[in-house]
Amino acid sequence: MSEQSSGAAAAYWQANIRLLLKLLVVWFVVSYGCGILLVDVLNNFQIGGYPLGYFFAQQGAIYVFLFLIFFYAWRMNKIDREFGVEEKE
Amino acid sequence: MDTQTWIYLMVGGSFLLYFIIAIASRAGSTDEFYVAGGGVGPVANGMATAADWMSAASFISMAGLIAFLGYNASPYLMGWTGGFVLLALLLAPYLRKFGSFTVPAFVGARYYSNVARTVAVICLIVASITYVIGQMKGVGVAFGRFLEVEFETGVLIGMFVVFVYAVLGGMKGITYTQIAQYIVLIFAFTVPAVFISIQLTGVPLPQIGLGSTMADGSGVYLLEKLDGVITELGFDKFTSPEHSTLNVFMLTLSLMIGTAGLPHVIIRFFTVRKVTDARKSVGWALFFIAILYTTAPAVGAMARLNLMETVQTGPVGEQTANLRYEDRPQWFKTWEGTGLLGFEDKNGDGRIQYYNDKNPEFQATADSYGWEGNEMVNVDRDIMVLANPEIAQLPAWVIALVAAGGVAAALSTAAGLLLAISSAISHDLLKSMLKPDISEKGELMAGRIAMTGSILVAGYLGINPPGFAAEVVALAFGLAASSIFPALLMGVFSKRMNREGAIAGMLAGLLATITYIFIFKGFFFIPGTNVFPDDASAWFMGIQPESFGALGALINFVVAFLVSRATAPPPADVQALIEDVRVPGALRHS
Repeated sequence: MSEQSSGAAAAYWQANIRLLLKLLVVWFVVSYGCGILLVDVLNNFQIGGYPLGYFFAQQGAIYVFLFLIFFYAWRMNKIDREFGVEEKE
Repeated sequence: MDTQTWIYLMVGGSFLLYFIIAIASRAGSTDEFYVAGGGVGPVANGMATAADWMSAASFISMAGLIAFLGYNASPYLMGWTGGFVLLALLLAPYLRKFGSFTVPAFVGARYYSNVARTVAVICLIVASITYVIGQMKGVGVAFGRFLEVEFETGVLIGMFVVFVYAVLGGMKGITYTQIAQYIVLIFAFTVPAVFISIQLTGVPLPQIGLGSTMADGSGVYLLEKLDGVITELGFDKFTSPEHSTLNVFMLTLSLMIGTAGLPHVIIRFFTVRKVTDARKSVGWALFFIAILYTTAPAVGAMARLNLMETVQTGPVGEQTANLRYEDRPQWFKTWEGTGLLGFEDKNGDGRIQYYNDKNPEFQATADSYGWEGNEMVNVDRDIMVLANPEIAQLPAWVIALVAAGGVAAALSTAAGLLLAISSAISHDLLKSMLKPDISEKGELMAGRIAMTGSILVAGYLGINPPGFAAEVVALAFGLAASSIFPALLMGVFSKRMNREGAIAGMLAGLLATITYIFIFKGFFFIPGTNVFPDDASAWFMGIQPESFGALGALINFVVAFLVSRATAPPPADVQALIEDVRVPGALRHS
């Protein structure tokens, strides 16, 4: 492996880590934050008939998880191409 | 047509479908037997993963758990879905790039050690066997309740059905039957939910219905009404927490990490064609799972409200507002017959009082009404899903659909677990360690024999559960969280992590978790051998044994880190392997 390619590999890996850390922060905030730690505070607010904290714990967090996974897949495909490490058919 | 005929038709029809699929997708090679040939599309694999993941417990028990625990059941909802985020971001794409047939194969190669691989095989087998016992029981229970056959007969029928498609088709047969099973179970779960949501709120989508006002024109929100009805009877509020926040936090985290580390889920992502498909496929898996998991809270809340209002027909305290026992509806009688509902007229007034007699603050109120204890002495939580169609007065075919759905949920998970077990035996132990010169045909035959053996063991344990069936799922998640997940995560994200660190970490996490579970639940779950009583006052910082997996994982990480720093780094070829799994394609050589 040449110097150059391992430099590119390191940069690609850094980009991946940066992205997934950001997404894991969101993952943590919606479930552990809004759904557990802040549930009593958020339950003072309503979204329709749902107390907000309860909503995050039993509905909202799951929708956000779903978004996070598809966003990661979409964003990583772009990053793969930027660094030229995408899979060849 | 009566309900029983419908049930035979629906369950029989679904079995016929599974057999047709089994014959159409026989496995001809080890590649097909272990990973379905590696060409499953991301959406199809997502659907199969959803059926693989959603067990009898998700289908039958979870909504009931929510019905009685309300907010406090949230760790199961968030834990069993949030784990897929970890799987998608931290494991699935890299393990797919590595491209092995089994999880222990990755551990063995990454940690250049058959010892590490064997430890992984042991964790996998213990976690999967304990899990599969519950599924076999689920099959027996579903049959027993709906088809009026003996529990044992139910398990035997289930074993036979799995035998046909899993032994014949391996992962290939399992994949396509799981897709069919997903369709059966999701219809079975959502159809009654939609009807009940319309009846109560006028909104067809249960997820929206749960946040809507009642259809009776009162303008009261459903959840508000439910909170009112149950707190008036001394029960805990539905929408807010009652337990220690730390324990809820740790339980959620343990279930998430355990989910991401369960081998029968991970191996499903070995069946897709490429890394980008693996990333997407986890999303599809969670999409199909979320359809059930976001419906379950609505089913739980609505079924609880229906149940309360059946018994408490008017204002609390008025004597005539309690249902007369002889006026009880037909479904009440049906489920009394199965022992899932139990009534005892404690104050001899011929009416049913259903309230929380464990609540000291409500005691005086209950006394003033002349109530002498809760008379609904048994309300099995499974009834919330099983009796739902009858409570909502839905047609017989819907009841039959729920029966077929329950069986599909149990069978699909059992098959996935059995494949994980048999591939660990035939590929990791036999082919890679004991008899490397075995031919492909020989290995395929060994896989089929291992599968048959696993089905027999699982069936035997399902019929003769070792007395700890209820506790074992905690063990499965604890093991996956404390041993398998950290080893895989460090394998991808730390180039410095070596053989010594990984083995020491896995063993430390495993021992700590097993010890913590055993001291509260008894050694090997033998009643009476526990060191401390299994209740909140004795738990370490209020953390229940089911929540310990996350701490076990932490212990694993710390031990692995310390040991790896004191020993030699992994050899150059392993470092190259890590570089390779981190990129989807090949590195550009310019």
